[in-house]
Amino acid sequence: MMDFDIPRIPLGDWIEGGLDFLTSEFSGVTRAISRTTQTGISLLNDGLMWMPIWALMALVILLCWRLSGRRLAIGALLGLGLIWNLGLWNPMIQTLTLVVLATLVAIVIALPLGILAAVSDRFYRVIMPILDFMQTMPAFVYLIPAIPFFGIGSVSGIFATVIFSMPPAIRFTTLGIRQVPKELVEAADAFGSTRSQKLVKVQLPLSLPTVMGGINQTIMLALSMVVIAAMIGANGLGSEVWRAIQRLRPGEGFEAGIAVVIMAMLLDRLTQTLSGRKKKP
Amino acid sequence: MQNDSQVKIQVRNLSKVFGDDPKKALKLRDEGLKRPEILEKTGQTLGLSNIDFDVRDGELLVIMGLSGSGKSTLIRCLNRLIEPTEGDIIIGGENIPRLSEKALLQCRRRHFSMVFQNFALFPHRTVQMNAEYGLEIRGIPKAERQEKATHALKQVGLEGWEHAYPTQLSGGMQQRVGLARALANDASVLLMDEAFSALDPLIRRDMQQELIELQHRTKKTTIFITHDLDEAINIGDRIILLRDGEIVQIGTPEEILTHPADDYVARFIQGVDKSRVVSAQRTMRPVRATARDTDGPRTVLRKMVENGLDSIYVVDRERRLLGIVTVDEIDAAAKSGQEAIDTLISKDFPSVGPDEPLASLYKMFTGNSYPIAVIDEDSRLMGVVVKGAVLEQLAEAEAE
Repeated sequence: MMDFDIPRIPLGDWIEGGLDFLTSEFSGVTRAISRTTQTGISLLNDGLMWMPIWALMALVILLCWRLSGRRLAIGALLGLGLIWNLGLWNPMIQTLTLVVLATLVAIVIALPLGILAAVSDRFYRVIMPILDFMQTMPAFVYLIPAIPFFGIGSVSGIFATVIFSMPPAIRFTTLGIRQVPKELVEAADAFGSTRSQKLVKVQLPLSLPTVMGGINQTIMLALSMVVIAAMIGANGLGSEVWRAIQRLRPGEGFEAGIAVVIMAMLLDRLTQTLSGRKKKP
Repeated sequence: MQNDSQVKIQVRNLSKVFGDDPKKALKLRDEGLKRPEILEKTGQTLGLSNIDFDVRDGELLVIMGLSGSGKSTLIRCLNRLIEPTEGDIIIGGENIPRLSEKALLQCRRRHFSMVFQNFALFPHRTVQMNAEYGLEIRGIPKAERQEKATHALKQVGLEGWEHAYPTQLSGGMQQRVGLARALANDASVLLMDEAFSALDPLIRRDMQQELIELQHRTKKTTIFITHDLDEAINIGDRIILLRDGEIVQIGTPEEILTHPADDYVARFIQGVDKSRVVSAQRTMRPVRATARDTDGPRTVLRKMVENGLDSIYVVDRERRLLGIVTVDEIDAAAKSGQEAIDTLISKDFPSVGPDEPLASLYKMFTGNSYPIAVIDEDSRLMGVVVKGAVLEQLAEAEAE
């Protein structure tokens, strides 16, 4: 219908070109990252597997009880018992390993960026659109470049998960610091605080509940993403679901899905009480 | 009241423009335009214009004005929480607007501590840790700062609350913490930004009184911002009246009340009860005659007759007030040939300090026929206040 041809913008080609360039130029770096991450995964996973199931379960239940109360402890007992009963204990540990590692990496990157965005308006203006981009891009897309960088497997899964789950931690950190009442910052200034004293003694402690809220969000996003990351070979509950889809076995799919839901609820309640506790003086 | 004290801070030609082209606004100001016209022409607000004043060492200076008068801007220019547009602020040989970022931090730590209207306490720190804040950021060792903070908390009457958190305290107590935080810091000037405005009236009165006492005791140079004239008059050694970013009048509370600089000030002070403000010193008259403790009855009697007095105050060589004698007793003593008057001196006489307000003088006349003696800190006799003069002043105040 359209005779005159407007050439199609080769956006995809450019991105691929860029990715190829990165993969070939930084192969040393990506390989090093890949190796360390793989070691981390094995260590944590083996550690958690080495513990007897009952011991780990008791530990989680105790944690729930101390941090939240009896109700969560009972919930944990029932939930974890169900997962064990369904034979999904090992996949759950694998998923937990990925979530913990991805969250740690995300936080380590997100906190400094969030602080920077809080104190520098210019950096804020640069990073906010990037975060919008990161959050609205369909999660699956991150899986694709992960493969040329790190190959099929859990490392790629962690890479994609970190990118996907990092934005709320950055946003909440920035928000938390910017929300510290103006007169408190003024008081800190009036007494002659340096920038870093102001940050460490006033702004960060007062933004802690908000920051913890961001970390809670990051953990939730990480969990959802490690499940999706099964598509590129990440182990865990996600791969159970993936296998169920491929074999058209809805029952098995739902069993693994329910295990994910239980994990999500436990992680969410635990981290929420953690941030709630910090709120009170 | 005499102006012989040393100058602590000199403020010269200080101006502040809120806007992006302050030079233009200042140029219009120099051409004689006022704040509203400058705002209309440039979209910029002339926050302060050509402010000139001295802060004397050890005084309690009140800067008073209604909202929008620039008082908060002024106090924040002093420690550069707001950058002044032009002008000099000189303290301890340093010109604050010229200081580098680093020197400014040192200057703030050394010279200024501040108390805020809404307290601005750190909610995550205990009362003790709030009081320690200023010392902590200066790197003072823990033991020393604990001691200083504890002392400051004691000064404001917060012993036993060290481990409470600010939210657990009432408003008045929270502001005491704010005051302790400022005092512990041991900076040379105390800045108080509407420090008592958020408190309810009764507590406010108490706090004012305590501040006056504290200030007299410590002689800490204090700059106090308020929008409340009663408060300004109650606590200020001197008052600076600010309107539309300009100084309207500087003076003691009494000077402002008795000689308002213009109609604006006059209208302002209309509501103030003068009898609370006009002091004994203003109402008193010089003593026509005094007796010396070494005088004999005949000498004293003669002084009284010559001056038409029926009682006379007795002073010693340093003019310190010893007591009062009445004509009847002196007359009797003279007739009986007594040599000295010391047995006749009565200690039962009314005396006040020079700053005693008129209102309380009036009450002292009930059941007392002697003139009221006005004495200074060393109990030297400065003058006397007679009933007639008090009534006269009160009537005058009434008439206005």
